[in-house]
Amino acid sequence: MTTTTIDGHTVHVNEEGFLTDPSEWDEDLAKSLAAQIGIDLTDEHWKAIRFLREDYAAQGETATLRRISTVGGIPTKQLFVLFPQKPAKKLAYVAGLPKPHGCV
Amino acid sequence: MRTLLILGGGTAGTMVANKLHKRLPRDEWTITVVDRDDDHPYQPGFLFVPFGTYESDEIVRSRHHFIADGVTLVYGEIDRVSPDDRVVHLEDGRELDYDYLVIATGTSPRPDQTPGMLGSEWHKSVFDFYTLEGATGLEKALDHFDHGRLVVHICEMPIKCPVAPLEFTFLAEAWLREQGLRDRVELTYVTPLDGTFTKPVASAHLGGMLEERKVEVVTDFMVESVDPDRKVLVSYDEREVPFDLLVTVPVNMGAEFVARSGLGDELNYVPVDKHTLLSTAYDTIFAIGDASNIPASKAGSVAHFAVEVFVDNFLEHVAGLPMTGAFDGHANCFVESGDDKALLIDFNYDTEPLPGKYPIPHVGPMSLLKETHANHLGKLAFRHIYWNVLLPGHPIPLPALMSMAGKEVPDAPNTDSREA
Repeated sequence: MTTTTIDGHTVHVNEEGFLTDPSEWDEDLAKSLAAQIGIDLTDEHWKAIRFLREDYAAQGETATLRRISTVGGIPTKQLFVLFPQKPAKKLAYVAGLPKPHGCV
Repeated sequence: MRTLLILGGGTAGTMVANKLHKRLPRDEWTITVVDRDDDHPYQPGFLFVPFGTYESDEIVRSRHHFIADGVTLVYGEIDRVSPDDRVVHLEDGRELDYDYLVIATGTSPRPDQTPGMLGSEWHKSVFDFYTLEGATGLEKALDHFDHGRLVVHICEMPIKCPVAPLEFTFLAEAWLREQGLRDRVELTYVTPLDGTFTKPVASAHLGGMLEERKVEVVTDFMVESVDPDRKVLVSYDEREVPFDLLVTVPVNMGAEFVARSGLGDELNYVPVDKHTLLSTAYDTIFAIGDASNIPASKAGSVAHFAVEVFVDNFLEHVAGLPMTGAFDGHANCFVESGDDKALLIDFNYDTEPLPGKYPIPHVGPMSLLKETHANHLGKLAFRHIYWNVLLPGHPIPLPALMSMAGKEVPDAPNTDSREA
């Protein structure tokens, strides 16, 4: 675990750059994290990010794509448009959460 | 009298019934198991059916034969659980009261969840192999398959026995070589993961084995539909993988009655404490084996190790005592790699599969994360152990909790799981 500074925010990250302390995240930081992976956040992105944050706070783990679609109401197809190629990983990254453990 | 009701007489349910029958005072407890039929499949055997290794009667036995005398077995379809009233309703109207409920109804392949999968090519050129029907159909299809694109595919994690699609790929590659067909077949492995397996060290090792065997690997592929007319898999991000023969692992889901009872998550798995397997919603309900949402492999070995911890915990719980055992997610899986060899992997919630020796540190006779003939013999021998030792609830001299002894720890340990 190392410390890094992104647009003036000093945060703890793992070797892949994911935040290791979700409480260090705020919406301002999300914009910077999204910019790092080439995403400009729209209202649709925010809907997904806020669901992921709220669900993590309640469940203690990052929602899978299936959970985001069935519980969060955002179709998987749209998640692939919003966060291309690797939506689960990119969404967790921008939301300052661990990668989902959907698979073991 | 108090009643323990066990839903599902498969691997986990049968072990729970037999072990608790020995431990609970018979003048104080009745134990009842509910299942829909009397066919108990040895599920790891399905993998070998397409290659003609096992006949169906070697891997399906009578369910009641393995459940101890003195345990009541009820046949019926479960409609729903009323957890507040502690009653299970069967579809034919029967009602079964309980003091404690164990949900052990497993997980099932659901080809209906992917549009087009059950279309005109189902069981013609599109097969699953986690059911007897799929595995026997695939055996016939392979008999007639002599060239083209063979695609092995996983829809979505988690799946029952997460190494099985890799094993199928290795076995198919070896089988094609034996038949003299390997040069005429393109073999492709399609996965929603970003690598071949969920854990980094094993993923790199198994990925290297696919590369050696000239298997094309397509990663990050979340299937949206199967197009039976064009014979292609289509992903959500609009990539396509064409096939002549598709061997798919459909979406896996827990039983529908779990959802109807309001006891499940989005895949009908019962949320439980991952160390005690007690429901997070009701202190009279446990879920064991594939039916629970614990972040461990959905595999018989996990069920076995979990039951070992559960039995003592259950006796404490029903006596009003705190549960002192903590399950660690221990899994132990043989991975068939073709040519009469296999790997063995041993891991838990916190430790990924590592190289080493098992079960005796530094001695073996099994080798971890390495292809050997001894591991293959272990896998074949396990079918007899399953029927004759494991299901009856006899002790197996393997510790329930994972041990680090005999494991080789890499320089920079990485216990992260990969994302879905």
